[in-house]
Amino acid sequence: MTELQQVRYGQVAAPTANWTAEEVRHHFPILARKVHGKPLIYLDNAATSQKPRMVLEALNQYYKRHNANVHRGVHTLAAEATQAFEVARAKVARFINAPSPEQVIFTRGTTEAINLVAYAWGLENLRSGDEIVVTEMEHHSNLVPWHLAARRTGATIKAIPITIDGKLDLDQARQLIGPKTRLVAVAHVSNVLGTINPIEELTALAHARGALVLVDGAQAVPHMPVDVPAMGADFYAFSSHKMCGPTGAGVLYGRRELLEAMPPFLGGGEMISEVYIDRSTYNVLPYKFEAGTPNIAQAIGLGAGVDYLSALGMERIHQVERELVAYAYERMRQVEGLQLYGPGPSERAGLVAFNLPGVHPHDLATFLDQDGIAIRAGHHCAQPLMRALKVQSTARASFYFYNAADEVDALVASLQRAKEYFGHVLG
Amino acid sequence: MSLDDLYREVILAHYKRPHNHGELPGADIAIEGKNPACGDELKLQLKLSEGKVSEVRFSGHGCAISQSSASMMTDQLKGKTLDEAFQLAEDFKSMIRGERKAQMPGDLEALRGVTKFPVRVKCATLAWSTLQYAISEQRTSGRLATGYVER
Repeated sequence: MTELQQVRYGQVAAPTANWTAEEVRHHFPILARKVHGKPLIYLDNAATSQKPRMVLEALNQYYKRHNANVHRGVHTLAAEATQAFEVARAKVARFINAPSPEQVIFTRGTTEAINLVAYAWGLENLRSGDEIVVTEMEHHSNLVPWHLAARRTGATIKAIPITIDGKLDLDQARQLIGPKTRLVAVAHVSNVLGTINPIEELTALAHARGALVLVDGAQAVPHMPVDVPAMGADFYAFSSHKMCGPTGAGVLYGRRELLEAMPPFLGGGEMISEVYIDRSTYNVLPYKFEAGTPNIAQAIGLGAGVDYLSALGMERIHQVERELVAYAYERMRQVEGLQLYGPGPSERAGLVAFNLPGVHPHDLATFLDQDGIAIRAGHHCAQPLMRALKVQSTARASFYFYNAADEVDALVASLQRAKEYFGHVLG
Repeated sequence: MSLDDLYREVILAHYKRPHNHGELPGADIAIEGKNPACGDELKLQLKLSEGKVSEVRFSGHGCAISQSSASMMTDQLKGKTLDEAFQLAEDFKSMIRGERKAQMPGDLEALRGVTKFPVRVKCATLAWSTLQYAISEQRTSGRLATGYVER
């Protein structure tokens, strides 16, 4: 028997240990594009990251040479597709230090991963009078699934408030997480404030009260080394498309005994062991939670993204971004009147939410777009946080390791000109 | 395509000092319009006298385009029947979509530049769609609609 062929997508040329944004930018074909005649300056990475050539090549090669359905075919392509899919799972497991690949469940994204827990764990375990503790800075994807679970079970929801500098109020957290708390649902990194939350303190607090902790890691895993078991998370969710991978893939990590005790989320092919007309038994982990044909190419693409990020090194990525956001924060602080939200640069991840008084964020985003600068404007799927900040919406520049200091300079220059442009009428 | 096509002086003037802004106690029609995608919200209140709009106010928050469009709309509504108001909204939306070339009354012509910025079309039409929804609900069900959500 000949060996199975692997999905080959090359490797990133090993950069120097202290590589810079300029040295890795060329890995991303889209960054060479122009928008409105200006070089693209992509500062919407918290929404989705761009994709390196390696990931595009992985998708291409998979479809060109190996495409087949996974886990049930005897033929060669099915075996190759299955192997590639499972190799990707193992890569993701290593990337977050999961004890085993069976604890890495592929989902459509962070949102589906959180919904999986809300339905499969929440509906089974929550009772009337139980409490779910969230935070004021959660993305809607870590709020609405709990609203749905609470409505069906009679559980109630409480929120840890934020302090004036955009951090979690831990004194309040100690009061709120009590004997009735069954679950604490918290973002590792806020998608608006950039705050890096003290997950280890929160898991210690929750576990001492007998509660579980679900961490929304969508804004953390792409940007810093993440060791999920070390931080004590019971569930951890994140998305491929924010970490150089394609859309349509995401991950739920769970502690093995929790996942094993949970009923399935969706029913269908692949997640079963035996099926009769009126009943079925379920497959083992992780397949119990992967009903139907999974997003095979996307999972393999995520595996390629993980390879790419690992080659660059997550420590270095984190360092590059910290330096860039410190520079951006300082430059933006010097724009007179510009309102910045969240903690100081030493305590935040690589994004800055801001407002120019008198100019609506959408108008600002349209202005910057004319300069080729892509930022986001709106409520960032965090309406409760907008209320806490007493704003309707904000603009947000979010960075990745391929953004360079001269792009920050261009942002600041464009902000200055926007101030003048709108200022002559709006004053 | 230039930013000046979008942010005409008259638009920014309406944004800074909106006309007919505020509350209208005892309004015959009161409806809130929202665009959940961007968070723009506005409240539209009208008083009718002998079948015509006698007073109109709006309030809310949003970008320069949505707020100035609402302000300009209120300028045009006074003295119009609801049918005439509905038709004006049709004409306006048709202009914003780039289909209607004929000159629009008053300051409305200034918003024609929005046609070159497709992602901002819904900003310009929120007030008008909200108005149309209020009128059509009253026509078809006789009820007063209190909310319109842009999709």
